[in-house]
Amino acid sequence: MASIGTSIAASGPPKAVVRSKGYWSGVGARLRRDPVALVFGTFLFAIIGAAIFAPYLGLQDPYAGSMVSRLKPVGTPGHLLGTDELGRDMLARLIYGGRLTLLLGLLPVLFAFMIGTVLGVLAGFVGGLVNAVIMRTVDVFFAFPSVLLAIAISAALGAGIINSIVSLTLVFIPPITRVAESVTASVRNLEYVDAARISGASAFTVVRVHVLGNVVSPIFVYATSLTSVSMILAAGLSFLGLGVKPPEAEWGLMLNTLRSAIYINPLIAALPGVMIFITSLCLNLLSDSLRTAMNIKD
Amino acid sequence: MADTVVDPRPDRGGPAQPLVIAKSLKRHFTISKGLFGMKASAVRAVDDVSFTVEKGETLGIVGESGCGKSTTARILVGLTPIDSGDLIFDGEQLGGDLTLKDLWAGVQMVFQDSYASLNPRLTIEDTIAFGPRMRGTSTDDARALAHELLTRVGLAPERFAGRYPHELSGGQRQRVNIARSLAIRPRLVILDEAVSALDKSVEAQVLNLLTDLKAEFGLTYVFISHDLNVVRYISDRIMVMYLGEVVEIGPVEKIWQRRAHPYTAALFAAMPSMDPDDRTEVPPLAGDPPNPIDPPSGCRFHTRCAFAEPMCGTARPTAMPVAGDADHMAACHMLDPASGHSRAAARIAELAA
Amino acid sequence: MTEALVDIRNLNVRFHGARTVHAVNGLDLSLKPGEVLTILGESGSGKSVTLKALLRLLPEKRTAISGAMTVDGIDVMSLKGRALADYRGGTTSMIFQEPMLALDPVYTIGEQIAEAVCRHKGISRSAGMDVALDMLKKVRIPSPERRLKNYPHEMSGGMRQRAMIALALSCRPKLLLADEPTTALDATVQIQVLLLLRELQKEFGMGIIFVTHDIGVAVEISDRIAVMYAGTLIETGTTREIIRDARHPYTRGLLAANLHDVTPGTRLEAIPGAPPALDARPTACSFAPRCPEAGPVCSAALPPVLTPGAGRRVVCVPKADRFAGATSAAPAVNA
Repeated sequence: MASIGTSIAASGPPKAVVRSKGYWSGVGARLRRDPVALVFGTFLFAIIGAAIFAPYLGLQDPYAGSMVSRLKPVGTPGHLLGTDELGRDMLARLIYGGRLTLLLGLLPVLFAFMIGTVLGVLAGFVGGLVNAVIMRTVDVFFAFPSVLLAIAISAALGAGIINSIVSLTLVFIPPITRVAESVTASVRNLEYVDAARISGASAFTVVRVHVLGNVVSPIFVYATSLTSVSMILAAGLSFLGLGVKPPEAEWGLMLNTLRSAIYINPLIAALPGVMIFITSLCLNLLSDSLRTAMNIKD
Repeated sequence: MADTVVDPRPDRGGPAQPLVIAKSLKRHFTISKGLFGMKASAVRAVDDVSFTVEKGETLGIVGESGCGKSTTARILVGLTPIDSGDLIFDGEQLGGDLTLKDLWAGVQMVFQDSYASLNPRLTIEDTIAFGPRMRGTSTDDARALAHELLTRVGLAPERFAGRYPHELSGGQRQRVNIARSLAIRPRLVILDEAVSALDKSVEAQVLNLLTDLKAEFGLTYVFISHDLNVVRYISDRIMVMYLGEVVEIGPVEKIWQRRAHPYTAALFAAMPSMDPDDRTEVPPLAGDPPNPIDPPSGCRFHTRCAFAEPMCGTARPTAMPVAGDADHMAACHMLDPASGHSRAAARIAELAA
Repeated sequence: MTEALVDIRNLNVRFHGARTVHAVNGLDLSLKPGEVLTILGESGSGKSVTLKALLRLLPEKRTAISGAMTVDGIDVMSLKGRALADYRGGTTSMIFQEPMLALDPVYTIGEQIAEAVCRHKGISRSAGMDVALDMLKKVRIPSPERRLKNYPHEMSGGMRQRAMIALALSCRPKLLLADEPTTALDATVQIQVLLLLRELQKEFGMGIIFVTHDIGVAVEISDRIAVMYAGTLIETGTTREIIRDARHPYTRGLLAANLHDVTPGTRLEAIPGAPPALDARPTACSFAPRCPEAGPVCSAALPPVLTPGAGRRVVCVPKADRFAGATSAAPAVNA
């Protein structure tokens, strides 16, 4: 009977192995070949970049108003995108406003992604009673429309940025948990998970090595598609006075305060909405491209 | 020295001790219907199944869908728990002296779907090295072992170790699965339709490989397939299952010559003839295999059997030796002179001839 | 020669996408009325693609098809719109491996057959239901009146396959295309369906092109067998000729790999290697790299078409010419 392993010492160091590209670099390569992803990714990158580096762009003070130059139209010298109802520079306010709006779009989804994945994988892998408790709780949240839920939680917690993030996180945990649970349940029944179990690995290792890696990408793709929803909901909360408070620059809040100017200068009043539209379009298209790029089977 | 890389589980009972003794294995799955799961019915996937697997042999299991052969396979590797019965591996009883972890050190499995049984996000070498690493082998040693196993199954490690499953063909993936199953030095390998999804020309290569590996590593196989030609080629003994029960078991050539159970006979007769001048004219059986949910009473085959008599629907047959040969057993009332089946005497005489 | 029911001349099918796949290359095939032909091949041999091309089922945007195909005098390549719809299901019909995917889950079996008949024959709905009942009787489904009102998911696998055959034959097609219809079935059910198809073929007198990877199934069903490898038809002959006197080394390898009559314990004569990638049109014999008998000539140019008998075709370099060495730089091992 031959014994594996005895000849390892004799065979010396292993020969150079041809390595295939790793999964993530493969995804990156596919994204770079996708024209839609390139164009809209660049757009989104520019919007986020501008928001981050807003103080260094030489913009006017977004909070400095002037009673004499209120609601100036687009193209006014010194105010490229005009001014708002308090005479503040729109360009500066839109770029500064992106900071809060994007933060409110991304952070709740990120938190919900982390919490929802843990809950969903737990429910999907363990099954039984654990699954029933987690998923039925999630179902309770599903009984309310997400807008209503966000408003209700925000109203209960009180207005403010932190509370907005908390309420939006709570809104997004149920759908992400549900997606994570269904993906995990289907992966759990695949034979490589069986094979990993009979190799003697602990349940935790099986989940870490064999389940998590294969469920994270579909959950992630789903979560990215939620960022635009989150941004719009955040804007909605601010619009209702439940999120960010004036004079803070935030797209939803700007939309609200400019509401009264709609008959005087409709273009200015629409600008924050245009920003919300463009950003969520970019996010959605990028999420679609990501879904395609993450698909391993060609 | 390097022998510490992987320690095979030592032989305990000696050559005469069967590697596996399965006694009255039972596994029923309950299906709940209705709003609150009130109406529950049971799939009798494996119902009172007993057999042994001798050391160094290949036991082939055949049968149609719903016969319980895959559930039996999963029971043998401890992936499906049993409701009742005993599973004894080399003299140690599962649940008694033998834990699941011990069982997994001695039994491994190769699955049918070569793609679903490989983690798409792990490279080939990581997949093969996973088992040994879980058992405390160092990363470098496990990787070296993976390379050596890849060589043994005919895949050059320099070309294949760093690849991902989707970059391989079906035959290559199945070789990887075989290498993975051998990585923790099992003594028993369950091959569940392991070559069924492969093209015929590739299937022959893999069968040759399995034969070589068996001799090289002193393995015992349980080989499950729906293809009787393949089972005959690779097995020493075969076990025929029908709706969760064993209907016939015995050495392959003995069964090939004397198909004692009517179902075995029908299964063999259903094989395409391969002779254009002597094609099959009458189908050996009518209809589909019954649903294993609430299977027929008595002899489960009586609803499709040409020789069924009223008593077959009430009494469950016990396994009887065929032509007085205790190696070859079949569960049919016609083999039991005391059963009261009108053909019993004639049938016993016919098989003894 | 008698008028052929199907005549395929120089069929080429190429798929574009992330990479180009030459699925079928220069295929010539003909079928007489009432004849059963099996296309035998492994996965990727182009057998199913040929079948789908005959029914124009391949996605038009990603496929380049060239060549000529006529079925019952109809030029299949030029069919459009209404004429194509009449051809599909009317002149030519198809059955598939997985009836669950071919039958519509929201209509009963009876409704589906009746609808097909009404559409092609222009008869009333109640007359269509009568035809449906008659067809279910013909495919020997027990208690057909009750089964007429069943949905596909209420039937067992073998029953569904029978229902699909009833649907396919309800408009009396002249040609039936069968894409591995018995592969997913249990052995005892497979033989029932094969015998049923054989009987119905005699009764209806249609031609059948049957695609399978299983030689045993091919022997049970067919008059003639055509063997495909890597998109090329490599050998054609009657079932007897192929089984008793296979000429192409690949066909012989396949026959050996069937394990029929192999002594247990002996080493199998496996064909080494794996089928080639199909990303380029072959310029030599595609099987040469795996062929135990290949010589330098085999990998130098496309092999000739030999016709050892009437209706017999073998695409292979004759044994005597394989080591001619005239066209190859490789040294001839022995002549």
